[in-house]
Amino acid sequence: MFETFDRLEQTWIGQTIRESLWLFPGIEAVHLLGLAMLGGSVLVVDLRLLGAGLTRATVPAVLSSARPWFLGSLVLMFSTGIPLFLSEAIKCYYNTSFWVKMSALAIGIVFTFGVRNRIAMRRDAPRWATALVGAISLMVWFTVAAAGRWIGFS
Amino acid sequence: MRSFVEWLDTHAWSTALHESLWMYPLIESTHVLTVMLFVGMLAMVDLRLVGLAFRNVAVSHLTGRLLPWSVAGFVIMIATGVLLFYAIPVRTYESVWFRVKVVLLIAGGINAWWFHRRVQRDRTFWDNHPKPPTAVRVAGGVSLAIWAGVIVCGRMIAYNWFDCDRDPSPFVMWMAGCVVEASM
Repeated sequence: MFETFDRLEQTWIGQTIRESLWLFPGIEAVHLLGLAMLGGSVLVVDLRLLGAGLTRATVPAVLSSARPWFLGSLVLMFSTGIPLFLSEAIKCYYNTSFWVKMSALAIGIVFTFGVRNRIAMRRDAPRWATALVGAISLMVWFTVAAAGRWIGFS
Repeated sequence: MRSFVEWLDTHAWSTALHESLWMYPLIESTHVLTVMLFVGMLAMVDLRLVGLAFRNVAVSHLTGRLLPWSVAGFVIMIATGVLLFYAIPVRTYESVWFRVKVVLLIAGGINAWWFHRRVQRDRTFWDNHPKPPTAVRVAGGVSLAIWAGVIVCGRMIAYNWFDCDRDPSPFVMWMAGCVVEASM
């Protein structure tokens, strides 16, 4: 495992970012813009699942409208997050927050597409189920964001 | 203004907060993560104004049901932001990024005021329209651009490229209000 991270640290992308004064902060800033968009597109659906927010629209309608923005911000997060990771792969290897974030991210993606969105699209889903799914989604994505911020402190 | 900031810097609490092991990172993280609530909810409303999302939902429903969440986030942003400034007053005051960020915050406020006072006056005509009139779409687009700028500037405050003690260009010195100490 460590050897893989060591090799990832040596890629030209990682090296270019490390040698540049501006690249890391610039990419990081775009990563933050993605965070705002990801937060909005997740929250608007989860709030609706919990019975708040856009209650005059149906859950499937809210999800359908938010989904392209969620997918777009996910693409933006990956395309900025991977270069950031490549520039400090070894630091990440020894960083607990990084592993917490990656685990929560994997859970978040599987849960969102496998469970949450499926339940949200069903018109006959019981209220307790939609509320539970909304609450879990909020917690998982919050963990991803919080652990991500904490990578920088340790 | 400078003397006020330097006075803040003499506070024992300011130093304690800056040097604290947990409080500063916690406040900083809260400030960053609240961007999801504040800008995230605002962006959903702005995208509706531009005509790019929730096209079948009335604009008034989005502003009525999502903006309160955004405002709650804004309150947390201001509270944590003031504390972060209090912890590192002089350096932040002399940061070019911080100064641009403040200007953008004011611009964001004016844009919001303009939208609520003038643009929204004839809302009954376009409330349910998937693609609102140009003035509304411009207000939404300007809001998205301004808050994106605020996020970028906020992130950049942490970096020291333009700090006064790094001998920046005369333009940056002037922008940041650096004090040039006379050498003997």
